[in-house]
Amino acid sequence: MATVEELKLRVRELENELIKCKQKQCAVEDAHSQALNRPKIDKMSAEVVDSNPYSRLMALKRMGIVDDYEKIRTFTVAVVGVGGVGSVTAEMLTRCGIGKLLLFDYDKVELANMNRLFFQPHQAGLSKVEAAEHTLRNINPDVLFETHNYNITTMENFTHFMDRISHGGLEEGKPVDLILSCVDNFEARMAINTACNELGQIWMESGVSENAVSGHIQLIIPGETACFACAPPLVVAANIDEKTLKREGVCAASLPTTMGVVAGLLVQNVLKYLLKFGTVSYYLGYNAMQDFFPSMAMKANPQCNDRHCRRQQEEYKKKEAEQPKVEVVQEEEEVVHEDNEWGIELVSEVTDEELKAASGVVPDLPEGITVAYTIPTEDTTGGDTVEETEQSLEDLMAQMRKL
Amino acid sequence: MADEATRRAVSQIPLLKTHAGPRDRALWPQRLKEEYQALIRFVEQNKAADNDWFRLESNADGTRWTGTCWFIHELLRYEFRLEFDLPVTYPDTAPEVAVPELDGKTAKMYRGGKICLTEHFAPLWARNAPRFGLAHLMALGLGPWLAVEIPDLISKGLVVHKERPREAAAE
Ligand SMILES: [Zn+2]
Repeated sequence: MATVEELKLRVRELENELIKCKQKQCAVEDAHSQALNRPKIDKMSAEVVDSNPYSRLMALKRMGIVDDYEKIRTFTVAVVGVGGVGSVTAEMLTRCGIGKLLLFDYDKVELANMNRLFFQPHQAGLSKVEAAEHTLRNINPDVLFETHNYNITTMENFTHFMDRISHGGLEEGKPVDLILSCVDNFEARMAINTACNELGQIWMESGVSENAVSGHIQLIIPGETACFACAPPLVVAANIDEKTLKREGVCAASLPTTMGVVAGLLVQNVLKYLLKFGTVSYYLGYNAMQDFFPSMAMKANPQCNDRHCRRQQEEYKKKEAEQPKVEVVQEEEEVVHEDNEWGIELVSEVTDEELKAASGVVPDLPEGITVAYTIPTEDTTGGDTVEETEQSLEDLMAQMRKL
Repeated sequence: MADEATRRAVSQIPLLKTHAGPRDRALWPQRLKEEYQALIRFVEQNKAADNDWFRLESNADGTRWTGTCWFIHELLRYEFRLEFDLPVTYPDTAPEVAVPELDGKTAKMYRGGKICLTEHFAPLWARNAPRFGLAHLMALGLGPWLAVEIPDLISKGLVVHKERPREAAAE
């Protein structure tokens, strides 16, 4: 019988063979698609012929919906997270003829992703950005692509990420026009928020709930509208009884439908924002259970934790003061931040009563939108804090190792 | 919401004072010292309570952490490697702790072996940021996760004790 070591070796051999096969297949496909690919198009034409991929888009101009559709080719959009929402978002922008796309994702395509749109089983094992670029380039060779296969939240990558969004525009050295957050976790959203507040970069947030039946999109203009740190995370209430929601044994559910809808809402908002038509949404929720779409606008919080958000707010105020007064038509209900009158805090709660006592005030939000949790006011009483120490960091590291 | 034992353990961990993340060159070294102080205190307390269950250490700048955690089940010790990077947004957001060797064995995990915390963890962390540190993450995040997942994985035969693989698998 083969030993474990022998079997391990055999697995490695087979893995290597698989990689070789995949590379060969990719090369064949590339050659094949090169033959099929249309040549690049210099100027978008409105001519309605079978061979013009832009004729139906340019018709938007003829119909008077969009003033200048060709302008789409001058814009650069960065998509962070090329998963269920991000990949579809990137495909829509590619088909619309966006000028340049920057794609950021550290993950690989997995068979477990096949309940979502865009990626195909034969791409399993490839990095998502690499697989996406390959498909998207085939769909529209006019789009410029720049891909980064890394996690933006770590120190080194974050610095690089900041550099690329501030210099990776269509004209190298210029910032991107818009960042789209299509990530699935809180740290990555906060990292994008941090970068955008520091750089004054406009971005849109998107998300699908872990139970797959609600989602949202949000436009964030640093200093003007609420940033991601201005309030606790907002959630679209799906009106599901928490008691009947079973969380045991699963992390998150996902549906291609919900992700497709959210990607559609996101790119629609991007097109309206970039091409200046219709009304751009500040926050638009999607409750799939009741087919309810709550919307609102939320001002930046003067007490935001992020000092760059507060700095941007000061700059925005100054800019506003300098500008001649224009009458602002209030279209949507504005959310007022409570004067931080959140309740008291406990280190942790055992009972529902304690949880309630530890919660702060829920900000005034329109029906259908709520906060994931509330934050109490800063509490200085708390518990014991670490003591002053004479020990150096190296001493402490050594002490930890010796334990 | 945490159970009574977890709450007691957490309340004994000293809170941290310095609000600084790894991008804050001036204050991060101080925060890192506090992280180690709290971790050392927590491990000492665990030892005193005869419930020593993890070790953690970092690279020089404190941005990458590795270590081991172990779980005693029916008198047998099961040990796992753990690792995580500090996100640039730490300590406002908690890092995602990974136990890579359990990747693919439980649904309570994201890709790369990142453990999936309960819906109570994020609010708890947010309410106590920036005074919670890595010791709190261990106590409120990884500890309860191991307590639920490991016995389940053992009972399913997905985690097998290193010294008696055949016996355990045959059970
Ligand atoms: Zn803010």
